[in-house]
Amino acid sequence: MLSRVAERIYWMARYLERAENTARLVNVYRESMLDLPSGVGIEWRQLIEITGTEDYFEPRYRTSGERNVLKFVLTDRANPSSVISCLEAARENVRTTRDLVPTEGWEHVNELYLFARKKFGSSKIPPRLHEVLSQIVMRCQQIIGLLAGTMSHGDAYQFARIGRSLERADMTSRIVDVGSTTLIAPGEELERLENRLWMNVLRSLSAYQMYRQHVRRRIRGPDTVEFLLRDQQFPRSIAHTMQTIRQSLGSLPRNETPLRAVARLQRRVSKMDIDALFGNGLHLYMDELQAEFTELDQQIVSAWFSPRLDEAV
Amino acid sequence: MRADWNGYDPEDNFDELISSPGNARVASRGLVKYLRSLSDEQLSRRQRAAEMAIAEMGVTFTVYSEGENIDRSWPLDIIPRVFAASEWQRIAAGLDQRVTALNHFIDDIYNDQRIVKDKVFPRGVLKGSKNHLDVLTGAKPRYGVWAHICGSDLVRDKDGTVYVLEDNLRVPSGVSYMVENRSVTKRVFPELFRRHQISPVDDYPAQLFDMLASLSPRPLDYPEIVVLTPGIYNSAYFEHAFLAQRMGTELVEGSDLTVGKDDCVYMRTIHGLQRVDVIYRRINDDFLDPDVFREDSTLGVRGLIRAWRKGNVALANAPGAGVADDKVVYTYVPEMIKYYLDQDPIIPNVPSYLCMDKVQREHVLENLDKLVVKPANESGGYGMLVGPHASAAERKKFATLIRKSPRNYMAQPTLALSTTPTLCHGMIEPRHVDLRPFILQGERTYITAGGLTRVALRKGSLVVNSSQGGGSKDTWIVEDQ
Repeated sequence: MLSRVAERIYWMARYLERAENTARLVNVYRESMLDLPSGVGIEWRQLIEITGTEDYFEPRYRTSGERNVLKFVLTDRANPSSVISCLEAARENVRTTRDLVPTEGWEHVNELYLFARKKFGSSKIPPRLHEVLSQIVMRCQQIIGLLAGTMSHGDAYQFARIGRSLERADMTSRIVDVGSTTLIAPGEELERLENRLWMNVLRSLSAYQMYRQHVRRRIRGPDTVEFLLRDQQFPRSIAHTMQTIRQSLGSLPRNETPLRAVARLQRRVSKMDIDALFGNGLHLYMDELQAEFTELDQQIVSAWFSPRLDEAV
Repeated sequence: MRADWNGYDPEDNFDELISSPGNARVASRGLVKYLRSLSDEQLSRRQRAAEMAIAEMGVTFTVYSEGENIDRSWPLDIIPRVFAASEWQRIAAGLDQRVTALNHFIDDIYNDQRIVKDKVFPRGVLKGSKNHLDVLTGAKPRYGVWAHICGSDLVRDKDGTVYVLEDNLRVPSGVSYMVENRSVTKRVFPELFRRHQISPVDDYPAQLFDMLASLSPRPLDYPEIVVLTPGIYNSAYFEHAFLAQRMGTELVEGSDLTVGKDDCVYMRTIHGLQRVDVIYRRINDDFLDPDVFREDSTLGVRGLIRAWRKGNVALANAPGAGVADDKVVYTYVPEMIKYYLDQDPIIPNVPSYLCMDKVQREHVLENLDKLVVKPANESGGYGMLVGPHASAAERKKFATLIRKSPRNYMAQPTLALSTTPTLCHGMIEPRHVDLRPFILQGERTYITAGGLTRVALRKGSLVVNSSQGGGSKDTWIVEDQ
């Protein structure tokens, strides 16, 4: 398999996952804003921080109110992580690897992009945004299901799976990060608010229901972090995504370095002392975790996407 | 209602299927008899079935329009064009002879230039050739073959004579459509294929693979062959993907390849770098290697020409093969056949006038309204003047162009071009056609059974290019004895 093709499949999956996660995140945010008293420290701006796009936002917008943030996160093509940009990039990656992806896969990705372009084509936020975003989430999931069910689980599929899982882990860590930094300010209503905020964190990751089934206590920060980082069964937990990546790496050639990087990540997550870190330490920890995701991505790039000249076989 | 075959009248054109109103040619008799048995409605239904099949199979070509590229469904007219096997044998022998001579010529030009020294081919023409790449002098590709894949355009005049109109020796395209046209026609008229002995065409990808394999610089059982494409935005991308897939080879872009310190070519794969033996390149000479040709090329591979000259990789077609794909050089092909093979040309050239010759130029300038004027180095029907159909202003513009750079122009009489029955809005009408057979030359020579028939769908039009409203037909070689 050509490196370029593997790379495009990997990025197709990452971009689709990013579009899905961002759409879901925006939906949860809009709802939670309705529930919270003002001045609790949760702001639209956090969407920019979660998606790590400050550098694109700052020079282009003066204020970070709802309208600007939504415009930027959903419809702005100058933001490479906006939903429209992600779907366009996913489409371009499939378009150039059409012989590897099942025809229906291409058709669905193409239609999804055209749908998003219709809804987000102007900078005006479309009416019934909730429905539009739910539609995007659902269609992304449909594509994942379609690939799982119709594409041979060979090298190409494994690259898609790795891309999707790494993107998922990254988003989970970012949402946990923002949750942890938001909650630090102590106040009278802290307990009630804390409960509500961690609930939103869980819902941003479609994790609320599964958490409730698994953790039979009132929602607490450390329990939530424990669940989102270490639960072996929840598909968006970091432990689970790392396990998936490890499996996929296992069937690829020349996988030693990326495998080592995943193993290091897995050790770090399993050894983490959540109670001790909770508070200021968590933010730093999440930063380090994200740095390791980047490192893993780099290992994948150098193992498969840009082989060096001295590696002739 | 039956289609009106008795009323079908090609007038004074040569018709490929019908010899005189109501009478089919020998090789076409079975086909015409069968078509006569179908009603208009049945015929139209088959045409729709063919269009559906093409859409389902995803057979497309790309046209550029206002900066956007649009995939269009490939246009196929379901009524095949037929050659008698006995005639085709002669044509195939003529193509073999022609491409053999052309390859001798290219090899000679880049090496001893005997043909120039012997004053058979004027040095002046060589000097003015855009596609003569001086930096390749002294190169010796395997078997002395430079043009491994050639698409020669054949036309037939009023009297039935078949001429070579031009030789495409750079990156000729269309062969995938030849193969796809046949598979669609088989779906639409399965009964005809049971009843007639029609030469198959679908072995082309296998023949192409074998020819490319014969060029491999390493004696291996499994040479690594790749198809090099400029990418998805190229108008022939469908064909690049088609051929790579049918041959079971990788479809690569320039950025997938790299030249090592050992001057070998490698492709980047998830297994690491893999040595490449043969590159079927579908990008133009200009863009092949920024070290040697256009520096701004992002489509090519740095160092590729060095690797090729060292014999570490084979390129098909070889760079520089285009020196013979020049409409002025074309006029010397009959001389080349005599000079290198000591034979008479089996298929004649269309009579041509060279604008660089003073007497001939005057003739051209005086007869612009009757002639077709062609630039030496364009393809795809661009930059041409079709005198009889041109305005006075266009003719004036061309007169100026010719006077300014006579080496760059040649002219030919406007040929009538033969016609063949074509389904037009549910009616059978004569339309003009040409034919592009493909010739493979490596260790051996292979010629497609027929080729790609292109048809001008507009009434009276002589322009068959698909980018300019042309259609296509399946082409049959049928036993006639």
